[in-house]
Amino acid sequence: MAQQAEELENVLRKDYAAGFYTDIEADTAPPGLSEEIIRRISARKEEPEWLLEWRLRAYHGWLKMREPRWAALRYQPIDYQAISYYSAPRTREGPSSLDEVDPKLLETYEKLGIPLHEQKLLSGVAVDAVFDSVSVATTFKKTLAEAGVIFGSFSDAVREHPELVRRYLGTVVPPGDNFFAALNSAVFTDGSFCFVPAGVRCPMELSTYFRINASNTGQFERTLIVVEDGGWVSYLEGCTAPMRDENQLHAAVVELVALDDAEIKYSTVQNWYPGDANGVGGIYNFVTKRGECRGRRSRISWTQVETGSAITWKYPSCVLRGAGSSGKFYSIAVTRNYQQADTGTKMVHIGPDTTSTIISKGVSAGHGSNAYRGLVRMGPRARNARNYSCCDSLLMNKGCSAHTMPYVEVQHPSGCVEHEASTSRIAEDQLYYCRQRGLSEEEAVNLIVSGFCKQVIKELPMEFAVEARKLLAVTLEGALG
Amino acid sequence: MIEIRQLQVAVGEQLILRGVDLEVGAGEVHAVMGPNGSGKSTLAHVLAGMPGYTVRSGQAQLRGVDLLSMEPEERAAAGLFLGFQYPVEIPGISNLQLLKEALNALRLRRSEKPLDAVEFLALVRKRGRFVRMPEELLRRGVNEGFSGGEKKRNEILQMAVLEPRLAILDETDSGLDVDALRIVAEGINALRTPGRSFLLITHYQRLLQHVEPDRVHILSNGRILCSGGPELARAVEEQGYEQLEEEASVDVGSVA
Repeated sequence: MAQQAEELENVLRKDYAAGFYTDIEADTAPPGLSEEIIRRISARKEEPEWLLEWRLRAYHGWLKMREPRWAALRYQPIDYQAISYYSAPRTREGPSSLDEVDPKLLETYEKLGIPLHEQKLLSGVAVDAVFDSVSVATTFKKTLAEAGVIFGSFSDAVREHPELVRRYLGTVVPPGDNFFAALNSAVFTDGSFCFVPAGVRCPMELSTYFRINASNTGQFERTLIVVEDGGWVSYLEGCTAPMRDENQLHAAVVELVALDDAEIKYSTVQNWYPGDANGVGGIYNFVTKRGECRGRRSRISWTQVETGSAITWKYPSCVLRGAGSSGKFYSIAVTRNYQQADTGTKMVHIGPDTTSTIISKGVSAGHGSNAYRGLVRMGPRARNARNYSCCDSLLMNKGCSAHTMPYVEVQHPSGCVEHEASTSRIAEDQLYYCRQRGLSEEEAVNLIVSGFCKQVIKELPMEFAVEARKLLAVTLEGALG
Repeated sequence: MIEIRQLQVAVGEQLILRGVDLEVGAGEVHAVMGPNGSGKSTLAHVLAGMPGYTVRSGQAQLRGVDLLSMEPEERAAAGLFLGFQYPVEIPGISNLQLLKEALNALRLRRSEKPLDAVEFLALVRKRGRFVRMPEELLRRGVNEGFSGGEKKRNEILQMAVLEPRLAILDETDSGLDVDALRIVAEGINALRTPGRSFLLITHYQRLLQHVEPDRVHILSNGRILCSGGPELARAVEEQGYEQLEEEASVDVGSVA
């Protein structure tokens, strides 16, 4: 059983890796952002006029906006005119062989059991062999189509289902929502689109692993998931392998819409290149993720395991508009070396009888900094709204830090908010107890951390949970220092 | 089994053990008794390798192997088990999970094949009978929400599964009611074999009424004050430690 899951996993991974290399175009635009560049992006993708206008409005809004500075993050200013926005024909200026790749990175690949050719793909080394995976993809597509589920690249959706995209795009995260969302709206290149019609339970977990033709989504990814009345979908995003990327800035937008009695489960494992042990390099990840429980009794849950990136700025949120709807946020964020994470959620209760749950686990090691920032807002019509929040931080050593910043606003007298928070050093007595029983220090740390994170890991789909545990172990190797 | 010679141990600047000599043969059960602050728990933890102690001098060998130079997990692999006075809680990790990881880590260190889930469960069920451990407790977080008695029974269960050569039980009898004490004692007796030795560290004689020791040592002020058979434990119960200490100081005085 476990082995079958693993084999499937391997197949899926290969598809994903292969997907990376479809449709590489040769032309590159000069760095810099302008109306002209946005017109070129749109023209190249043969987009309808309304979408171009939508992009341009976002761009003009963005020009008037300022980069947010309120997060507990420190980084060099980003030069937005030095970035090439014209859809990412991936430069082949990366390392020419694995010998030139950060040996630490290779070590991690070994430990995660990633095949050699895939290591090359992930670290950006040019490879000739491309896996042919069309048959697998076709099988999946057929199953989904029979169920009536639309799932594919964002670009395909714009071509094939423009009315759906137009009806929902930007209705959860409007282009002017924030600086990074505006930038994404102006220049997004691709992403995923998923539509589950009324009464349909999506017959499989949707994973970006087999998003065959949605390659080059990279830097400015856009995802839109809509589930109609009574539908259900579980969507997995990401990969446990640390992915090297020449693009330092990532600004993705994810929008979820759940109508009456619909449920969306969205799981992420994010392990982008965190920079080296001295804090050099690494991805800046500024993501806007928001789901709207638009219908009555609809449910949205976010589960995330964040171990990568040098900078993480991310607050997957739920807008609870429908009466009796519920939002959940389960998060593990690990920072080590010089990684910084400012992450959390917003639960905005608008409708009556809405409920939300927040479980956040932060693990810091080295000089890592880990902040939980969360907002629970209950509006004037949110009668009988309830929230439970629990934010725990685990510190592995002296140089790291953890911060918890909960914001609570309740505008209806019947609102009920519970908040628990704890911060603790990894306990010497727990380590000693485990070691006396025969575990090495590292095994003991893994066991204690995995216990600390259990509430979140159990929310992940099964194969993902196994990988997530392995990833935590690899990430925290030698973390006691 | 274990041979301790002139062991001197300090915490910071303060000397706690001032030259302890102790020898426990294979299959023997020895009790170390003594008043509060005499160094009983220090002795247990220094043998198990708890960080924070400084060994000033002396040595301790387990089956001929130098204990004091090893990491705690190496000592465990060499066959040493410590039953904790205050067993630690590990939230989110079930008893079964800890025990399985521990057992397989020990087996790997000894170049034995790890047990799979089925073999492991069969073993735990078999051994769990010794301490009448309800299966529900095994699935709970390690010592999480356990009563004092349940924690101590859990220690005995771990000992039963890990099968140490030398089990040091640190005040396992403290905080137990009469029934729990009997269950724990039965567990210990069931595990008494010619190849396994015990060092029972205790303040009272209670446990020793159920587990008959081969030898009793009185630890006082960081030294073994006197040693004897089971009757010594009864003498402590009747006379108290002060009386013994006075007699001993007279003895020492007369020798000098």
